[in-house]
Amino acid sequence: MTASVLVIGTGNALRRDDGAGLEAAREVRRAGIEVREAYGDLSGLADLWAGRQRVIVVDAVRTGAVVGTVHRLDAVAKPLPAIFSRRSTHAIGIAEAVELVRALGRLPRSLVVYGIEGSDFAQGEGLTPEVARATKEAADRIVQEARHA
Amino acid sequence: MADKDRRIRVDALARVEGEGAMQVEVRGGRVTEVRLEIYEPPRFFEALLRGRDFQEAPDITARICGICPVAYQMSAVHAMEDALGVVVDGALRDLRRLLYCGEWIESQVLHIYMLHAPDFLGYQDAIALAKDHPAIVERGLGLKKTGNALVSLLGGREIHPINVRVGGFYRVPEQCELNTIADKLKRALDAALQTVRWVASFEFPDFEPDYEFVSLRHPQEYPFNEGRFVSSKGLDIDVHGYREHFIEEHVPHSNALHSVIKGRGAYLVGPMARYNLNFDRLPAIARQAALDAGLGPVCRNPFKSIIVRAVEVVFACDEALRIIERYEKPPRPAVTVVPRAGEGCAITEAPRGSLYHRYRLDDSGTIAEAAIIPPTSQNQKSVESDLRELVQRSLDLDDEALTLRCEQAIRNYDPCISCATHFLRLEIDRR
Repeated sequence: MTASVLVIGTGNALRRDDGAGLEAAREVRRAGIEVREAYGDLSGLADLWAGRQRVIVVDAVRTGAVVGTVHRLDAVAKPLPAIFSRRSTHAIGIAEAVELVRALGRLPRSLVVYGIEGSDFAQGEGLTPEVARATKEAADRIVQEARHA
Repeated sequence: MADKDRRIRVDALARVEGEGAMQVEVRGGRVTEVRLEIYEPPRFFEALLRGRDFQEAPDITARICGICPVAYQMSAVHAMEDALGVVVDGALRDLRRLLYCGEWIESQVLHIYMLHAPDFLGYQDAIALAKDHPAIVERGLGLKKTGNALVSLLGGREIHPINVRVGGFYRVPEQCELNTIADKLKRALDAALQTVRWVASFEFPDFEPDYEFVSLRHPQEYPFNEGRFVSSKGLDIDVHGYREHFIEEHVPHSNALHSVIKGRGAYLVGPMARYNLNFDRLPAIARQAALDAGLGPVCRNPFKSIIVRAVEVVFACDEALRIIERYEKPPRPAVTVVPRAGEGCAITEAPRGSLYHRYRLDDSGTIAEAAIIPPTSQNQKSVESDLRELVQRSLDLDDEALTLRCEQAIRNYDPCISCATHFLRLEIDRR
């Protein structure tokens, strides 16, 4: 059933830890699982997963948890916490994108969001060491979940 | 309420400390301080560009903004072509305009539907709007998807388009590929006209500052990629004269830079400036839509920029259809470009305003110096003065309503604060 799972990585690799979701997604791709990447405006997220029943999204987050924490949320069961929000004046982020799709009744059957707790979101490349470890952990868990569902 | 000391703080980019903060202080019923740090200039990217090959500039600068990568690519390739003495015309030039149409549709529609309209309709965000008016939000998402399809086809992919190069493209589309998008664009044009009517029905605060509007102006076209740089107060220069007329000033207590016109100060770039300086260059269908929406040839109320954006979406759909109709696949995807030492600059019209790039190349075509001045840093001073005036005349509102009004005013400019990271956290401190 691996082929039916789509993994979407999002973030900005030029904002250090904000690239964790993209890095995790690339790791997942190396395990042979279908991956798409998204950056910037996520309001078209539902178009990325159109026709798919099982979707996993992975992104960097800053919720105040210990840096390197890997959060896992079932987005179908309940709304994403507001702390996952990235609302701004000209883009909508993962929490808004998911809630928008929910409001429009277009959620897939299964939607899991992995959040990797980052610490450094300044301009630059490369993950901080704790976040790099967490990214590997998140990728491993996503691969497991994608393969054993 | 007006007689109290108040401090209003809008942390627009709390994810990155020190960026995106807005602070207004009121003392004895008068606005005494407005500080806005909404944009960090792309100095990181200017440094990243130094030492790289000229042909890497479009791909590197496309990563500055997740919303308007095409604008960065366009200013980059035009500036490089200026430095290298290359002219791109005919079908290749048309394809660039077509790509820009795609980005304007995506970006303007995103801003209208997802960010600005909820302010006018009393919704907290687009999610709440979607719960009550799903068909309207679906119309916006559908329009945006058509813009995405254009950017994907010409740019090579939806995000971080990679198909643009100095001299043209890596690959150009077949006629049949464009024809499949034409049907979508015809539907999009209808949706765009509906959008103009929808946003024109909103209520707008009475607010008309005396801006100096600045944008490109082309002899025949509504401006995307080229033209003279003109203003509503008499400026009319070749883009090579930009540095003689505009400077970036450092602002105390901030790492932001404020662009000003030498000797005059703040100015405004963006949809309203383009519209006011180029109304006669709009196609008839867009001019009529604007007039039907109650806009005259000049619009000075920044809250009505949402209508102007919608008119520009009409223009972009119509222009895209016009380009596709006359398209003949060019024999080569790019003209030959030979590296040489030189300096070049360009301004193109990003969805949110004029975007200036300047490069100096050494004789191998390596970038020795890069300078990028985005629309948001050019508008920053005008945003501040708008907020100062708005707060002063709105002191009877409570903090929540006043904060909302400030946010709405900031959104009038669709500022690029979220290109990289994004959070909007609001906080009001009274004292």
